[in-house]
Amino acid sequence: MTTSTLRPSPAGTGIPGKLSAAVAGRVGNVWGMTRRNLVHISREPMQLSDVTLQPVLFTVLFVYILGGGIPIPHGSYPDFALAGLLALNLVTSTMGTAVGLSTDLHGGIVDRFRALPMWQPAVLVGRSFADLMTSCLCALIVAVSGLAVGWRTDAGAGAIIGGFALVLFFTYSLSWIAACVGLNSKSPESAASFGFIVLFPLAFISNALVPTQHMPGWLQAVADWNPVSAVAAGARQLWGNPNPSAAIHAWPMQHPVEAALIWSVLILAIAAPLASYFFRRRTTE
Amino acid sequence: MPNDMMIEAEELAKRYGETRALAGVDFAVPGGSILGLLGPNGAGKTTAVRILTTLALPDAGRARVAGVDVVGHPAEVRRHIGVAAQDATLDGLLSGRQNLVLVGELSDMGRRASRQRATELLAQFELTDASDRVLKGYSGGMRRRLDLAAALMTRPPVLFLDEPTTGLDPVSRQRVWEAVRELTAAGVTVLLTTQYLDEADALADQIVVIDHGRVIANGTPQELKEASRSARLEVTLTAPYPGAVEATVAVEATVAAEAIGSLTTGPVHISEDGRRLSAGVDSAPGLATSVVRALDAAGVLVDNIEIRQPSLDDVFFSLTGGHLAPEDDQPGSGAAGPEGARPEMEGAGT
Repeated sequence: MTTSTLRPSPAGTGIPGKLSAAVAGRVGNVWGMTRRNLVHISREPMQLSDVTLQPVLFTVLFVYILGGGIPIPHGSYPDFALAGLLALNLVTSTMGTAVGLSTDLHGGIVDRFRALPMWQPAVLVGRSFADLMTSCLCALIVAVSGLAVGWRTDAGAGAIIGGFALVLFFTYSLSWIAACVGLNSKSPESAASFGFIVLFPLAFISNALVPTQHMPGWLQAVADWNPVSAVAAGARQLWGNPNPSAAIHAWPMQHPVEAALIWSVLILAIAAPLASYFFRRRTTE
Repeated sequence: MPNDMMIEAEELAKRYGETRALAGVDFAVPGGSILGLLGPNGAGKTTAVRILTTLALPDAGRARVAGVDVVGHPAEVRRHIGVAAQDATLDGLLSGRQNLVLVGELSDMGRRASRQRATELLAQFELTDASDRVLKGYSGGMRRRLDLAAALMTRPPVLFLDEPTTGLDPVSRQRVWEAVRELTAAGVTVLLTTQYLDEADALADQIVVIDHGRVIANGTPQELKEASRSARLEVTLTAPYPGAVEATVAVEATVAAEAIGSLTTGPVHISEDGRRLSAGVDSAPGLATSVVRALDAAGVLVDNIEIRQPSLDDVFFSLTGGHLAPEDDQPGSGAAGPEGARPEMEGAGT
């Protein structure tokens, strides 16, 4: 890739200069695409409702309506639930990545980008960065609404930030799977159905909102190996919140932080190149 | 091919599933000139543009833009081109200015230069007042103008305009035409596709007519008009005396038609009131004199004789067999040949 961009100019400023210029160009392209997607959000703030209103709604619903009936050993439901609510909201919000990409492909805008001398993957990377930023906003809202309903942590600043970072990193890698879905869906609507068919079960069949100990055996096994469980348990561990999963023998529940990181890296390593392949395939005719 | 050709297509072929969009298309555009790619809907114009702008890969053939192979070095080609595509490829949620700046930034122009250029183009296309409005509120004409402005952001030496004035009101159309003329005056090479013959006639230095994915004519507007030599002869007979029976008028018209029959290339069409005759003729020296003599010999009184040189419309219709949408005719039969057996489409019309 880099060599082909270097080839046309044999003489000149030397390879390091060219290379850093190429990198700077790519960074600029990604930043341009990121900003474009952020402007979109500012134009249609209702698009953001799944990361602004939904977290508040979920927090209130789960803590006040369902939480009372779910006993948490050694702690309160709000203390237990926050990590799960964070995971639930962020995981389901990746639907936005699928819908956004599908919308871009559906209109003619991608043709415009493809005829520009830009680094083409910036279309995908810019989208993922913009969605990461909205995820950060979502995390903030979850944290604030959690504090309002009684969530507390004694952990140090580093561990608290680490817990949020763990969930955000996982969300970021998941958004690349969402990108693959968006790139393969026929319409924005069908991309949206991905959320209900895949993301909601993924988020709910986990320890995010209830301890898995009460699930039927086979379902518990699924839940304990569900990456979302590792992510939620990892955040609980870092925040010093009640984490009933620690009593479960499955490896990810014994090492939730490591498991969450491994899942995230693994997903990213597979989904990102795959998304870039799908993008090329979808836009080649 | 000499190097001063800025756009070259050689034997370009492209198939979409069962549809053969291009079946071996050749043309070349010298630097600083305008090529009009003319053809009915579905003829393959957009496919040709998509290949030349690196958006589609040809199944066969070669294409070069600014001397660079579009398949081998698409990224390099993109540095030399500006594209205004048919369906609005702008971002509906950004403002006009943001759209232009985005295009500039993604073309590595830098923020400051992009902003400056955007302001310049917005003024040039009279969009300054609307520049900070979201694109959704733009009219069709404003969008097209912004599309063109976006294509010009990087001052590309080669410009592709896919039906740039489709759906525009006459004033906006004129503005786009002026802009295109100014560009070529500054040395820019333009390929524009159009369904409007007057547009090709007004702008293009060279016209390529394609139909069913094949080039069926190629030349300057003048050459094309001359190539299709069929001028149109229209004769207005003198009004019959008051009270003349219809049958008398009809007989007179028939006599006149027979008189000029040997000079025309097809059947002579008689208008309903029996007063006007029209037919295709080959523009030969002394044609008008021959017509007058023939009519005089037959004793027919004539008010007016008109020999109309072919418009580009006539050429186009005779080349494409008079259809505007693909139909089941054999493709490209009789390239640049004379018109066939259907000369009478709208008899006495202009």
